[in-house]
Amino acid sequence: MREVHLDLAVIGGGPAGLAAALEARRQGLEKVAVIERDIELGGILQQCVHDGFGLHRFGRRMSGGQYAQAFIDEVEAGGIMTECRTMVLRVSGDKKIYAVSSHKGMTLYHCRAIILAMGCRERTRNQIFIYGARPSGVLTAGTVQRYINMEGYLPGKKAVILGSGDIGLIMARRMILEGMEVEGVYEVMAHPGGLTRNIVQCLEDYDIPLHLSTTVSQIHGQERLEGVSVARVDQQRRPVKESERYIPCDLLVLAVGLIPETELARGAGIKINPLSNGPEVDQDFATSVPGIFAAGNLVAVFDLVDYVSATGETAAKGAARYLENPKAAHPRAYRVNTGENVSLAVPQIVYEGQAAQDLSLFLRVKQPGPKAALICACAGRELSRKKERFVAPPEMLAAKVPAGTFIGADLLLEIKGE
Amino acid sequence: MRKVTVTCIVCPSSCRVSVREGGEGLEISGHQCRRGLEHARNEVKNPMRMLTATIAVTGADFNLLPVISSAEIPKKMLIPCLRTVYGLRVQAPVKEGSVILRDVCGTGVDILAARTITRAPAG
Ligand SMILES: Cc1cc2nc3c(=O)[nH]c(=O)nc-3n(C[C@H](O)[C@H](O)[C@H](O)COP(=O)(O)OP(=O)(O)OC[C@H]3O[C@@H](n4cnc5c(N)ncnc54)[C@H](O)[C@@H]3O)c2cc1C
Ligand code: SF4
Repeated sequence: MREVHLDLAVIGGGPAGLAAALEARRQGLEKVAVIERDIELGGILQQCVHDGFGLHRFGRRMSGGQYAQAFIDEVEAGGIMTECRTMVLRVSGDKKIYAVSSHKGMTLYHCRAIILAMGCRERTRNQIFIYGARPSGVLTAGTVQRYINMEGYLPGKKAVILGSGDIGLIMARRMILEGMEVEGVYEVMAHPGGLTRNIVQCLEDYDIPLHLSTTVSQIHGQERLEGVSVARVDQQRRPVKESERYIPCDLLVLAVGLIPETELARGAGIKINPLSNGPEVDQDFATSVPGIFAAGNLVAVFDLVDYVSATGETAAKGAARYLENPKAAHPRAYRVNTGENVSLAVPQIVYEGQAAQDLSLFLRVKQPGPKAALICACAGRELSRKKERFVAPPEMLAAKVPAGTFIGADLLLEIKGE
Repeated sequence: MRKVTVTCIVCPSSCRVSVREGGEGLEISGHQCRRGLEHARNEVKNPMRMLTATIAVTGADFNLLPVISSAEIPKKMLIPCLRTVYGLRVQAPVKEGSVILRDVCGTGVDILAARTITRAPAG
């Protein structure tokens, strides 16, 4: 078996992994590798041909591929080892990585530190309980995106979209532009799952109807999808039989959300946070296993790629500091707690002491509403307060612990109506 | 007289802004701030959109090259421009940012490669 010794291995060559590898080099780490199962770097961004990326970081409207390219060019110029077509099978708690590739066989990487950046995967119909036959023609939005945008196949002629997550909305528009018919988008919740910008520019621009509080109740067809039944749902989200309606279609697109890809992390014995569904991390994005860090959508589903890149950089700085003195004891740890109207917070752990720089805490709101204040408090004292005109669950928010603040107790994040 | 409702996308408040086109110009209501007013006026007078698409590429590991407009184009030109863009073909290698088509349909906007594509290794 091939064996490789590294200072830092980054698993996953998406925006989180690329930003992490580049920052690690800037921090002076010598032997840095990015291990990626796909045939190229870039992660999910390569199939995102639409624009809207990089407004924060580059100040212009780029497509996903353009955003990725900026990092890939730098990685390829920067003395970083890239191992594409290499699938990581196992990560051990003592920082060994077992991977397989078609051209190099098995490789064992001995690492002084690891950054996990495997991103997230899409929920499938098993997780949302639609019953019926199992014909072909039922695909997740990301698969449709890959077929249409990278491989050049149209997976159907007439589509119904279940779920109003952003990828589904973006694919609704793309399918229309590619000459397909999109009958409508069906969302079981009373609120859309995606951003208003996407509802307006992907659905309204093309007169695609959005049906809220409605779901797909059944799938019809044996070999190939022939149609779906849709029905309104009651308060308990159960389909109302009398409202059921049949729609002929040959493609059902599932846009029902993303979940962090945590198998490798679990295998390494890393603690998973029940709110974010990703590895629990501290302010350096270190996981519960010393020397293993996590970044990007693996930690929590960020919607903004700029945030994803930022977490990669934070993790790389953390890894560099760890490698200076792996045995150094941490100061006392405190938790970042979720209070009123907050559904998740990242990172979940902060350390006692004075914050050297501004500390960003990411959070998601539970209930949408206008005029809210985003408050970060410590032992009853307000550390920061930010006013938002409107908060909604599809948008990740960032609160701040200003540089110089002394942290001496658990933090509490809250979103309060004004 | 024409009346349309524009959902403002400038900030997450998503105000529903009504715009009436009357005898003496536009009558706009429902916005909460100036930026929303501007946005609604533009959306009615001259809505603009970025164009993104994919075109056929040969000699690469993938069949498609993503492309993007160098700036926004008028929304009503989107479909005619797409028709032209979908007819384009290129050969790998292509570098991100290189101009694939100048001045698409007289809009003054160029179509650029949105990623670098290298040649697939022979064989
Ligand atoms: C289908 C899909 C479509 C999306 N579309 C959009 C969009 O249009 N706009 C938007 O803003 N955001 C979109 N997102 C969110 C997007 O994921 C993030 O903005 C961003 O790409 C996350 O970056 P990342 O580096 O954390 O993960 P990713 O980009 O997902 O990168 C993770 C990488 O890890 C690799 N990997 C995973 N497991 C292994 C393993 N075991 N061994 C080796 N390599 C591995 C994967 O191949 C992948 O390249 C989308 C997400 C998904 C899943
Ligand atoms: S009008 Fe102003 S407040 Fe309302 S959505 Fe637009 S920018 Fe936001």
